[in-house]
Amino acid sequence: MAAFDKVKVIVVGDSGVGKSSLTYLICHHQPINNPSWTVGCSVEVKLHEYKEGTPDQKTYFIELWDIGGSSSHRNTRSVFYNPTHGIILVHDLTNRKSQQNLQKWLAEVINKDGSSKSRVSSFDDFDPEQFVGSTQIPILVIGTKSDLSEEVRTHSHRRSSTIAEECGADEIFLDCRQVRSLAAGSSSAVKLSRFFDKVIERRYHCRDGISPFSDKRRTLASLNPKFYHSD
Amino acid sequence: MGFIEDTLIILVTQVFFFVGGWVFFVKKLFRDYEVHHRLVQLIFSVTFSLSCTMFELIIFEILGVLDSSSRYFHWNLVLYVMLFMVIVLIPFYIGYFIVSNIRIVRLQMIRPLTILIWLVYIYLFWKVGDPFPILSPKQGILSIEQGISRIGVIGVTVMALLSGFGAVNYPYTSMAYFMRPVMPSDIQAIEKRLMQTMDMILVKKKRIALAKKGSVVNGPQNTQGSSGIWGMLKTVTTSVSKGTGENIWQLKQEIAALEELSRQLFLEAHDMHIMQERLQWASTFQGKYFNFLGYFFSLYCMWKICISTINIVFDRVGKKDPVTRGMEIAVHWVGINIDVTFWSQHISFFLVGCIVVTSIRGLLLTLTKFFYAISSSKSSDIIVLVLAQIMGMYFVSSVLLMRMNMPAEYRTIITQVLGELQFNFYHRWFDVIFLVSALSSIGFLYLAHKQGPGEAG
Repeated sequence: MAAFDKVKVIVVGDSGVGKSSLTYLICHHQPINNPSWTVGCSVEVKLHEYKEGTPDQKTYFIELWDIGGSSSHRNTRSVFYNPTHGIILVHDLTNRKSQQNLQKWLAEVINKDGSSKSRVSSFDDFDPEQFVGSTQIPILVIGTKSDLSEEVRTHSHRRSSTIAEECGADEIFLDCRQVRSLAAGSSSAVKLSRFFDKVIERRYHCRDGISPFSDKRRTLASLNPKFYHSD
Repeated sequence: MGFIEDTLIILVTQVFFFVGGWVFFVKKLFRDYEVHHRLVQLIFSVTFSLSCTMFELIIFEILGVLDSSSRYFHWNLVLYVMLFMVIVLIPFYIGYFIVSNIRIVRLQMIRPLTILIWLVYIYLFWKVGDPFPILSPKQGILSIEQGISRIGVIGVTVMALLSGFGAVNYPYTSMAYFMRPVMPSDIQAIEKRLMQTMDMILVKKKRIALAKKGSVVNGPQNTQGSSGIWGMLKTVTTSVSKGTGENIWQLKQEIAALEELSRQLFLEAHDMHIMQERLQWASTFQGKYFNFLGYFFSLYCMWKICISTINIVFDRVGKKDPVTRGMEIAVHWVGINIDVTFWSQHISFFLVGCIVVTSIRGLLLTLTKFFYAISSSKSSDIIVLVLAQIMGMYFVSSVLLMRMNMPAEYRTIITQVLGELQFNFYHRWFDVIFLVSALSSIGFLYLAHKQGPGEAG
């Protein structure tokens, strides 16, 4: 049996953006061979060293739950959302709509205990900042298919997506078919590792004071990402 | 009214339809995708606008609006443009997008390859007309009848398939008789099993991850040894990790089986959720109303299947349209004294209007559902063009078939414009395909119902 503690991170996004390729790349450091439509949910695990290089180093299991994004399965996939310790939002850089839909995904995840009728009505007054402040689940935004988007867009700079700014989350752009996108030491790998550290910290080392789901105090940890990464 | 004013009126309505098609495209069809090629959107909206113009001209015919000469001119214009779109333009671009999507084709080769594909398509399109007795022999090669007849065959097939399936599916989904009761405890039981399966998968994957970590720590002593074929065979069948003694290959087999099980459980849970939603909807007012209608529709469906069978077996085609027949019944049998010409015009307008509106709405809804089900971000352009093609063919054939529903004095324009087509053939063909589609839908739904969620353990 597993001797290490575990945390659960869900990977959500529109259908076809590359969540399965991404989870496979993160966990196996190889591109996936023949991705197909994910029905339901597929899980991968990764061993992560928390606080690597320090005397507090400890190994944890990170469970990545890659949840299929087709819209017809919306009513059934809420069973996978509870409980979750981290959220990775995936969008497709060649398709701007998938980025706009990330708001709806975030709303769907936090409304998982509501009935299906309330899911659309609460979307408009959904405030990502308040969500993040109240539930304090760490979020990471990843944009995939970066190799294809260079052909599609002519401008070279990439504006960070509004959802990343609103939640104060890190953002990564990568190509899930290249191993070197997450090569050790690259900025993407560093951000990913920081995100996992944040998730583990929130789950296991923040027990004193604040429990993850109740408090709406926003003074403490208003989710400034720099607060946790003071090196 | 002069010719110029008539043209202006038609142009204004065409722009209106074009905008409607554009909005539908943006809001409904391409809801989740970014538009990379404006041309696709343009083609779809133009096809939609042309189809609506055709229906509008029929309604003008019945109501007697505009000069008959300008109506005739516009009919010809719309038909020629529609034929051009459906036979030349849309297939060319479908070929172009398919070829561009294939990676191994070089840039210069795209255009010649597309033209080649288009020529093959034209040849096949021509051959469609051969097995059917649709043309009298005195037609020219490039006349409008050649194109319309072949489009009519394909379009009528699509129409009959959709109506057959729709006629059977509608009572099935809306009548409470067919809905199985689903308890919340059933759903919870399935979900619990699903989560247990996911946990089992996680345990095994963790074991593999630990084993891999252990073997990495133990160093590269595993990697040297047998090389070549024997080495491969050995690693496949007995990749026992030296550090922890796990049999990785066997674990992977078990994981694959468990993942398949989790997919099945997820789909069962999904079916149960859908059934529960349908039950909830059936208890609402709208649901009860649809349930009531469902009984009528199942009777209508039965009647239509019988009539089609009789038509085919006894080789008869109805000569009278329902409006005139209804009038005759009203006057002769019931004895009501009515002004036949006056009422026949208004009732045909109403009937044709209803048919037009419901067929447009029905087709758009079906296309949207179809699009959501099969499209992905790479193939969305191609699928939209295919849908535009189907839409064009569908509407041309519904004009063809609508001739049957109108009194004789209004049929002239269609006969005049579409030429000497064998209209009876198309009605017969519609009956055959409708029968086949309805019966096979009944068969499929029966099988699906038998294997429904109530059978789950």
